[in-house]
Amino acid sequence: MSGSELQGGPLPHYKLMLYVTGNTPNAAAAIANLERICEQELRGRYDLEIIDVLEHPQLAEDEKILATPTLIKRVPPPLRRVIGDLSDTRKVLLGLELPPAAMAPGAEGVHP
Amino acid sequence: MTAPAGGLPVQKLPTGIPSFDVIAKGGLPKHRTTLLSGTAGSGKTVFAMQFLSAGIRDAGDAGVFVTFEESAADIRTNMRSFGWDLERWERERKLAFVDASPDPDVDVIQSGSFDLGALLARVQHAVRKVGAARVSVDSLGAMFSQFSDQAVVRRELFRIASALKEMGVTAVLTAERSEDYGAVARFGVEEFIADNVMILRNVLEDESRRRTIEILKFRGTDHQKGEVPLTIVPAGGMVVIPLSAIQLRQRSSDVRISSGNRDLDAMCGGGFFRDSVILVSGATGTGKTLTVTQFLQGGAESGERCLLLAFEESREQLFRNASGWGIDFEAMERDGKLRVVCDYPEVTGLEDWLLAIQGIVQEFKPTRVAIDSLSALERVGTVKAFREFVIGITSFLKHQEITGLFTSTTGSLMGGSSITETHISTLTDSIILLRYVEMYGRMKRGITVLKMRGSMHDKDIREFTIDGAGMHLGRAFRHVTGILAGAPVHLTPGDIERVWSEVQSDGERERRAADEG
Repeated sequence: MSGSELQGGPLPHYKLMLYVTGNTPNAAAAIANLERICEQELRGRYDLEIIDVLEHPQLAEDEKILATPTLIKRVPPPLRRVIGDLSDTRKVLLGLELPPAAMAPGAEGVHP
Repeated sequence: MTAPAGGLPVQKLPTGIPSFDVIAKGGLPKHRTTLLSGTAGSGKTVFAMQFLSAGIRDAGDAGVFVTFEESAADIRTNMRSFGWDLERWERERKLAFVDASPDPDVDVIQSGSFDLGALLARVQHAVRKVGAARVSVDSLGAMFSQFSDQAVVRRELFRIASALKEMGVTAVLTAERSEDYGAVARFGVEEFIADNVMILRNVLEDESRRRTIEILKFRGTDHQKGEVPLTIVPAGGMVVIPLSAIQLRQRSSDVRISSGNRDLDAMCGGGFFRDSVILVSGATGTGKTLTVTQFLQGGAESGERCLLLAFEESREQLFRNASGWGIDFEAMERDGKLRVVCDYPEVTGLEDWLLAIQGIVQEFKPTRVAIDSLSALERVGTVKAFREFVIGITSFLKHQEITGLFTSTTGSLMGGSSITETHISTLTDSIILLRYVEMYGRMKRGITVLKMRGSMHDKDIREFTIDGAGMHLGRAFRHVTGILAGAPVHLTPGDIERVWSEVQSDGERERRAADEG
């Protein structure tokens, strides 16, 4: 049970965007890590959009993305950006504003 | 577009930055990356943007500006003062920004390894979108401070630089330096990212700022060496002031024009050359301003437009002087034959004077330009800056086939030479000396043509008088020697005969040698 659930009210829905560059090892690792974290923490209440900057450079331009992979959480606010292969789960949870206590024991990040 | 194959000579891309292409011997190496390093305020961003704007305006080259430091919005605003309407060019798809400036409102959390693939994709996308031939990246140093992992930044910058080359664009990458004389750039790796290295400086020298650009290395191609002065003007940006290069292209004219005084024309072998620069040197009151006035009158009489740049006397005084010699400056001005610009030389630096004068000349289009006096300008800057100014103005005038007459004031009343002369005598085509000559307790004035490039001239020192109708040349000083040294010695008729016969026998010998040869 997460803290916010105890406080009552519906759990927020997450809209996540992950910008990657093609099929690089970093991209594959970031996708795997993010899907695992989302399934553990946000099951049924997240949308994840994966954007390849090589195919959609204008989206990267509009969003001012420099590094890949970049995870963006716009909803719920505030806006947060996490860069890297998302192998440091604690940092990803920090970026998603999920309490670290919610982390499942033994969850290990995938490295490229 | 593809990068040139190995073995082909490096082509140059004319940047369109005024005179930069002269020192770069044609422009920036094409399809290559050039690092432009400089301290804060040395003009890196101006150069980087001007490289693009000159391309858009003059060469039809589209450009991409990648900014790591200032936001695109700030740059649009800042560059408007130079007359570059970036927003219009963006609308017309001639310019695209890649805004990689840090967003202070967003925290970035790092979790694991990353690359700058998105940045590279954006740069490539922008280049494709507008069909860019030129790319500026400003500045590499800001990239190092945006990301903590320096090794990643270094690797990614190398990747971006090589991608730029693969795309066949010509790129300028700026970098910061901590001091004007020291390491090429702050992070020590920037110079290895680019093929070529240039340095901008903004040095405090004798209480005045001196901006220069130096091309340190152009891989596989030629360029001028050393620091070259430059200035940044509000309406146009950076202007490089080259020294020797433009003299090479000057034509030499055989056309003679009148000095405004028939006797002086005769002394010069038939007048001044059309595209020559003449230095008139003398102590105060010897008749320099009169020589200038006559020169302008001579121009107006033959229907030419004349420009007088006066740094010593007020407008009123100049007009009064002229009418005292029977010359009507007011009428000449009314007829559009004369423009008189009076100012204190101290109002601006020498680089800016050079540009200001060039501006007036391009607008008024005179065929004669007089500066009275050059010595007044000497006070404004360092000896080096002054020499550069004289070289700049001399080559500019010759280039436009304008006759230039500069005056120089000698320090001592009798004889002597001025600092101005020492520094510029080799740069001018002709030198006329005006000197006081003491003759049996009376002061007389002497004139001589010391040098007349490409022509025979009278070698005599002739006496002249000044009255209400101007300058009148008289006879040569025959019984006196040492005038130019400021110590006239009167010779007895015996001495004169001996000297004269020596001169004649010299002439005889030369003739005989010529006959035998």
